[in-house]
Amino acid sequence: MELARQKQARIFAAQIRIETLKALGHLGFGHLGGSLSIADLLAVLYSGEMKVDPANPNWEDRDFLVCSKGHAGPAIYATLALRGFFPKEELLTINQGGTHLPSHCDHNLTPGIDMTTGSLGQGSSLAVGVAMGKRISGKDNTTYLILGDGEIQEGQVWEAASLAAQQKLSNLIAFVDWNKKQLDGYISDINDFSNIAERFAAFGWDAVTVDGHDVAAIADAIENAKRLDDGRPHCIVLDTIKGKGCSFVSDADSNHHVTISADQLAAGLAELEEELAKAVAE
Amino acid sequence: MAVVLANKHEKEAVEMRAALCETLMQLAEIREDIVYLDADLFGSSGMKKFAKAYPDRAFDVGIAEANMIGVAAGMSATGKTPFVHSFGPFATRRCFDQLFLSVAYGRNTVNVIGSDPGITALYNGGTHMPFEDVGIMRNIPTAIIVEPTDTTMLRSVVRDLSEKRGLHYIRLKRKTAIKVYEEGTTFTIGKGITIREGSDVTLIAAGIMVSEALAAAEQLAVEGISARVIDMFTLKPIDAELIKLAAAETGAIVTCENHSVINGLGSAVAEVLVQNTPVPMEMVGVRDEFGEVGDEAYLKERFGLTAANIVAKAKAVLARKK
Repeated sequence: MELARQKQARIFAAQIRIETLKALGHLGFGHLGGSLSIADLLAVLYSGEMKVDPANPNWEDRDFLVCSKGHAGPAIYATLALRGFFPKEELLTINQGGTHLPSHCDHNLTPGIDMTTGSLGQGSSLAVGVAMGKRISGKDNTTYLILGDGEIQEGQVWEAASLAAQQKLSNLIAFVDWNKKQLDGYISDINDFSNIAERFAAFGWDAVTVDGHDVAAIADAIENAKRLDDGRPHCIVLDTIKGKGCSFVSDADSNHHVTISADQLAAGLAELEEELAKAVAE
Repeated sequence: MAVVLANKHEKEAVEMRAALCETLMQLAEIREDIVYLDADLFGSSGMKKFAKAYPDRAFDVGIAEANMIGVAAGMSATGKTPFVHSFGPFATRRCFDQLFLSVAYGRNTVNVIGSDPGITALYNGGTHMPFEDVGIMRNIPTAIIVEPTDTTMLRSVVRDLSEKRGLHYIRLKRKTAIKVYEEGTTFTIGKGITIREGSDVTLIAAGIMVSEALAAAEQLAVEGISARVIDMFTLKPIDAELIKLAAAETGAIVTCENHSVINGLGSAVAEVLVQNTPVPMEMVGVRDEFGEVGDEAYLKERFGLTAANIVAKAKAVLARKK
């Protein structure tokens, strides 16, 4: 990844975190932990990696992103608003009656959301279907899938993973947000799904683990996946911190769904603004 | 809607699954969006011919039904029109969340074929005998549920559903059906068919119970009772207008279904009646029981899915009619 793009992606990631925190802070609560952990990935995807058109969200030839951990919707909404899919002010309507920005991703409500998710595991099959559909149509799109590390406890993920390998879906890239925590606590204490890359590799996938907060590492992993054309689908495990960027979230024991006080909002924004200034100054 | 009845109570020459395969192959020939997925049951669904003719659009996903539903939904988001198959219980109760969320709530399109409804699961027995699939599917907003009576109807209904978007459930007996309709009959999804006029009582039936209801109407006629027969092949959305008309004109209803009387055809009809035209009603169907193995004759008797039981219920409802 060239330096100019790295800088652009770092700035974008900081902006995504700021807008996500503002939106959920305005509401006073939300799935902040798992939204903040994927901001760097979203910054890479939506700053040139994905074929999308903000003026035509349902463009037939677009690349699909299926965010199977549907509760990370707020981070994607921030990303889409920053990319011009809809006005930024609408972010403040998250989860209010009549909004087009619900807690969990909904293709039918939000311009730029490609697939409806919210029941964990299901996005994996949907993404496999999209990748198969694109291939039947003779299209060379890449289909992107975001899974949570807790989510992969769902058996459906592995049904889909097995079929993706059987169907040789090299046009599918799955990211696993390895932020180590699920709603009830540490994954290692509940139903340990560590060795994620090894598990996917055992299912016949090309799998690597990278620093999920290093935009250059993420971008390079995606480029490597796209270059590798041996029929295997790709899994990029993102080593991340749940709540990354806001210490009141990342330091909390339980940070899947958090309440956000006015003081916490102000402190979090100050931290993130500092991060943004650093990225701009680099 | 033109209706030409066979009226002979004879089995058809062609199996339902053969008609399904032929229809989907005809559709696939002119429409590139048609795809077919099965969960290790190509041998049972009779779709091997389709897979041979259209290998790039036929997928055996293995024994993973929930994944199959999601994959089909994903394909539909890229403009495909998927048909998927498994045995009724696995296509529905095993996949409820995927059908609900990945397909219906997400407004994707999947035509789900659930085979061998109710007692037609025969020797596969209780584990494979869905008396609850209509109830499961009826709970999903926007879902369309059809139970084709014979191959003439099946061909028509499959073509019509292939042109609609959304979640569709086709309750399909794989093997031979009793022929009720001659070629030339036309069907409209959402509209029941009055296949026999009558003024004393209306028998509302679906699937294998349509021919039983016709036989019951003939027996009742011998005893001087005039029974109307309606084929309610679209179980959802139910044809409320036709039910209200039948209630107003005949004043008594008997529903006949190869399914539990809980949340199936009987429930759907009762919901219409109690809110609009309350009249005495009786239900022929499975009484809150699990299935078991046996041949069709044994199972029909065992669960009361016979013309004789319909006759008895018709007399019971007439006794309640004021």
